Amino acid sequence: MNIIVCLKQVPDTESQIKLAPDGKSILKEDLKWVMNPYDEFGVEEALRIKEKFGGSVTVVGLGPKRVTESIRTALAMGADKGILISDPALEGSDALATAKALAAAVKDIPYDIIFTGQRGVDDDNGIVGPALAEYLGIPHMSIIVKVEVSQDGKSVKCNKPVEGQTLVIESPLPAVVTAQKGLNEPRYASLPGIMKAKKKPLEEKTFAALGLNPSEFGEGARNLKVIELTPPPARKAGKIVSGDTPESKAKELARLLHEEAKVI
Amino acid sequence: MDFSFSMEQEILRNTVRQFAEKEIKSVAREMDEREEFSYETMQKMGELGLFGMFVSETYGGQAMDYISYIIATEEIARVDQSHAATIAAGNSLGIGPLYYFGSEEQKRAHLPGLCSGESLWGFGLTEPNAGSDAGNTQTAAVLDGDEWVINGSKIFITNAATKITSGVTALCRTGTRQDGRPELSCILIERGTPGFDAVEMHGKMMWRGSNTSQLYFDDCRVPKENLLGPRGHGFYQMMQTLDGGRLSIGAMGLGGAQGCFEMALKYSHERVQFGKAISNFQVNAFKLADMALEIECARLILYKACWLRDNNKPFTKEAAMAKLYCSEVMYRCANHSVQLHGGYGLMKEYDVERFYRDQKLLEIGEGTSEVQRLVISRLIGAA
Ligand SMILES: Cc1cc2nc3c(=O)[nH]c(=O)nc-3n(C[C@H](O)[C@H](O)[C@H](O)COP(=O)(O)OP(=O)(O)OC[C@H]3O[C@@H](n4cnc5c(N)ncnc54)[C@H](O)[C@@H]3O)c2cc1C
Repeated sequence: MNIIVCLKQVPDTESQIKLAPDGKSILKEDLKWVMNPYDEFGVEEALRIKEKFGGSVTVVGLGPKRVTESIRTALAMGADKGILISDPALEGSDALATAKALAAAVKDIPYDIIFTGQRGVDDDNGIVGPALAEYLGIPHMSIIVKVEVSQDGKSVKCNKPVEGQTLVIESPLPAVVTAQKGLNEPRYASLPGIMKAKKKPLEEKTFAALGLNPSEFGEGARNLKVIELTPPPARKAGKIVSGDTPESKAKELARLLHEEAKVI
Repeated sequence: MDFSFSMEQEILRNTVRQFAEKEIKSVAREMDEREEFSYETMQKMGELGLFGMFVSETYGGQAMDYISYIIATEEIARVDQSHAATIAAGNSLGIGPLYYFGSEEQKRAHLPGLCSGESLWGFGLTEPNAGSDAGNTQTAAVLDGDEWVINGSKIFITNAATKITSGVTALCRTGTRQDGRPELSCILIERGTPGFDAVEMHGKMMWRGSNTSQLYFDDCRVPKENLLGPRGHGFYQMMQTLDGGRLSIGAMGLGGAQGCFEMALKYSHERVQFGKAISNFQVNAFKLADMALEIECARLILYKACWLRDNNKPFTKEAAMAKLYCSEVMYRCANHSVQLHGGYGLMKEYDVERFYRDQKLLEIGEGTSEVQRLVISRLIGAA
């Protein structure tokens, strides 16, 4: 089974996010970057499928040089090889352009199943997985919490949570699956794994090598335009419900929820 | 000059930080409360590869550099000192002497189990009457035919009485040198050898999740081959081991200080008094600034000492400085952090309370702060 995992590098959720002076982007200099948490689920699922069926796991990342650290982390978890799509023309690309570049990089390598995270925790678009499937002309299943590849390796059954219910979807392979929290518990990159990852192949590909046209990428080619970024409003102070007995407190709480917050 | 870590070292730090946050933080308080060693986290730490980090692959180690080992210890210490103690003592004191001074046979017999974390090994230097004055070792080993007969006792020995401890290295008096001073040698004693007993010590104020014990040798017989390296080299071997060990205690100080600082920063943003987050009062902001400053200096001196070691340069003085400085920085950071937490910092529901107690060991174990100053003053030619 040949498995591909696409991964994105995102600011660590612990990082303090500061807006850039242009009001449309964030300051990137002081950030700590990590693998998108949803992509970690993808890496873990790929490794589990490989452990069951044999085969190989290829990790594809895209972005500046620093992204190699996240790719190496996936290799340390157990993936076999890495590809970094790196080109100056990428800077400022939107989700569709990202999917286009990923499609160009994966179309020439054999694959049975492709994982992406269901979304990046930075831009929260949730577009790259489905768009990648569209560019490759294969089915996709998004926001998946369970993946079961059939014995013959020709199809896959996935669970997708919908409004408290579970939708079970079956699809022939190859297909794209976007990973949701709950799919699995990702393993750590063990120390021996980190040492082994040093020797695993990691290829860097430019747009020229992938036959891509730089004018279709970057800020100028965006379909999605960011008009303005604002920090989330500061949280208002909480309210302590007073009363002499639990009953009277509950009554007061119900009144506040009904009359003030208007949620019940 | 290059102050950057390698990519592998960065990945290692991320991995160990994630592991510590997820697997250790959640159990640390309970283990402290119950004064118990956790076999469950021990197993997980072994599986991650936290034992035998600087040992070659031949003996089941991870073949990383010393800096990597120090990074890992620092990250574990950032969430819990007891677990960091298990790792620091396990690597520097348990595995270290066997790896650096053991015969091929001894290494093959003991290292694979220790490097996988399936077993632990103690380092018995301190005795009831030989603490800072470690040369005054009383435990005696007498050669009788093909066996050493050992009598005496050791105290405060880390990792020596767990269910998975497979043995200890003990510094013993094996005779008298020509100059009349005692001849000291290291001998390996396996768990289960008749006449050898390891008894866990209870009632500690700090490191309550780490295993500390007293060792008793009563006509304990081990084969002649259990001598570690040449006869009479024991004191030198122990001192060499402590040079490396001091870097790991430094890492515990640095990681612990970082943990105290992060708790203080977070809490002082959240705590509102007089209508403002308390971090807005300059007296508090300056405490945080001092902590950040001292942590930065501690980081520089510790990693410089590691760099010297990794590059085969003398590092005894820097190791003593790093151990001394990092423990004192953690002392000041723990103190500031509790102060910023006010009354809550004195309650067990806040981890900083545990850090405040745990810190004290760092100024005492592996050579007290006074002994470090003694070492430094000698090495700068002052005394
Ligand atoms: C939890 C824990 C774990 C430990 N783990 C180990 C272990 O794994 N293996 C091991 O061998 N030991 C271990 N130790 C022992 C530790 O290394 C000793 O406690 C330490 O070396 C100090 O010895 P002491 O306690 O006998 O104090 P003492 O040597 O009696 O010192 C008492 C005081 O006198 C001062 N002092 C002594 N001599 C001088 C001097 N010449 N000049 C100025 N001041 C001096 C000291 O600095 C100290 O302040 C551990 C201790 C603890 C508490």
